[in-house]
Amino acid sequence: MSLYTALRHFADSYALAMICVLYLVLCLWHFRPAARTYRSDAKLSIFKEDDHGQ
Amino acid sequence: METVVRRLGVWAFVLIASIAAIALTPDAGFAIHMGIVGLVAVILIVATLTTYDPVARAQSLFRMPPGPSRYDDDVIRWGVIATMFWGVVGLLVGVFIAAQLAWPWLNLEPYLNFGRIRPLHTSAVIFAFGGNALLCTSFYVVQRTCRTTLALPGVARFVFWGYQLFIVLAATGYVLGIGQGKEYAEPEWYVDLWLTIVWLAYAAVFVGTILKRHEPHIYVANWFFLAFILTIAMLHVVNNLAMPVSLLGAKSYSAFSGVQDALTQWWYGHNAVGFFLTAGFLAMMYYFVPKQAGRPVYSYRLSIIHFWSLIFLYIWAGPHHLHYTALPDWAQTLGMVFSVMLWMPSWGGMINGLMTLNGAWDKVRTDPIIRMMVLALAFYGMSTFEGPMLSIKAVNSLSHYTDWTIGHVHSGALGWNGMITFACVYYLTPRLWNRERLYSLRMINWHFWLATLGIVFYASSMWVAGITQGLMWREYGADGYLVNSFVDTVAALHPMYALRMVGGLMYLTGALVMAWNIAMTIAGALREEAPMGDTPHQPQADRPIFQPSPEPAE
Repeated sequence: MSLYTALRHFADSYALAMICVLYLVLCLWHFRPAARTYRSDAKLSIFKEDDHGQ
Repeated sequence: METVVRRLGVWAFVLIASIAAIALTPDAGFAIHMGIVGLVAVILIVATLTTYDPVARAQSLFRMPPGPSRYDDDVIRWGVIATMFWGVVGLLVGVFIAAQLAWPWLNLEPYLNFGRIRPLHTSAVIFAFGGNALLCTSFYVVQRTCRTTLALPGVARFVFWGYQLFIVLAATGYVLGIGQGKEYAEPEWYVDLWLTIVWLAYAAVFVGTILKRHEPHIYVANWFFLAFILTIAMLHVVNNLAMPVSLLGAKSYSAFSGVQDALTQWWYGHNAVGFFLTAGFLAMMYYFVPKQAGRPVYSYRLSIIHFWSLIFLYIWAGPHHLHYTALPDWAQTLGMVFSVMLWMPSWGGMINGLMTLNGAWDKVRTDPIIRMMVLALAFYGMSTFEGPMLSIKAVNSLSHYTDWTIGHVHSGALGWNGMITFACVYYLTPRLWNRERLYSLRMINWHFWLATLGIVFYASSMWVAGITQGLMWREYGADGYLVNSFVDTVAALHPMYALRMVGGLMYLTGALVMAWNIAMTIAGALREEAPMGDTPHQPQADRPIFQPSPEPAE
């Protein structure tokens, strides 16, 4: 088995699964119940400054 | 004193090196480029000597920031002016090349022929107009959302002026015929190296500012800006891997060859669209739309899903530029599938932006900046639907190499990138120059309608032209021969090409109206005009209907 074939089989099995899991974790992380306050803080953070921030 | 002497020494060295390069190179274009570099060194030497003041060292020339109590906005002001300037230049060149396609005698050989001017147009609008817009808005947003001043203010100034030097070298290179023949990556090896230095400095300023933030959260706009900066660094370096023929000449050869080179190029090319023209401008959208609307973004979670989906999907979509070529079939299908999947996060982002206006939709009528942002989002949605559709192989067999692609690119570039940038410049100018308001809000209306109609003319003429072209190219007669020669299709498209130029001219006119408005705002003038969205009130009509009830009958 050539290096290309080995890498190719790795890419479309374990690597693909790891990337999918990573993607789901990164998205769903912000759906934790504990993330609620962080989210609303971050969402409103741009309005903490005055009009221009000067 | 010592720093000034050291600085002069460095610039004198650059000057001598460029003179040596001019003397030794056999390549005229390379000599002109080294002349530009030498000229910049001379300007810096003269400017340093004439503004030398031992008390306020270098503060005056590059306007170093006053201190940590005020935001560092000088680079942003320069960036707004540069955005406006390069925008008008790029659009003007675009109208010129559109006219060249309709009337070929406008090809003025050799410097102003279509082949040399076309990359000048694409680079001027993408990298000079769009790049300066991203540079100044990213510095504005990262300071405001992190509530701190720019890290490394000197480096930030280097980034701005270094980027302008890159633009000048790239633009003159195209006219002189220097190029490596890679779309959106035409500049040669030494200009690429310079851009790499400037870009790493940009990344250092941006990341440094995030690291010294006084706000616990990193607002989502900064995620998009960071993805844009880091991904463009990676794409630029890999796609431009090349070996120069000589250190004293412009020519180089790519490190890749054949289909690998093509795939690397379109991995770069499509992700330049994905991370430069999409992620960076989405960052602008996620800050400036909520600010202008005065309401937080509709869903912060949706913006995060939008972000990670773009990051994970976009990077695979490039092969759709190489359908029906020597690229392996599985790679073409992979590019198509990922392009179709991208439709969903793109529309999620569009809905997130539009729904931010939920409960404030009246602002579309009264606030021309909001109206521009809504149009930008609508075009973002439209072109992110059209793109996946065009990437489907069956559709692509009709659309590939036709003007449909050109129409698609321009509905995205003029509609999405152009309009969101204009809206952000309108937002920024009065705030950056401490003006009460813009010179004129009604002139934004003129700009809005000129631009919108211009895009409609442009996109619809290119749809018709592209489908005409595609159908004519594939038409077979009963005897199995192609019915049309190539020149038949060119003749058939002439009216569409003229209409396209009209559309571009309208868009350019809108940009000129804007340039006037911005210039007058910076000059401090206020146009006398009726305010927008003034609802008339008639006090005498503002009464209940009073009917004395008749006496009941006995």
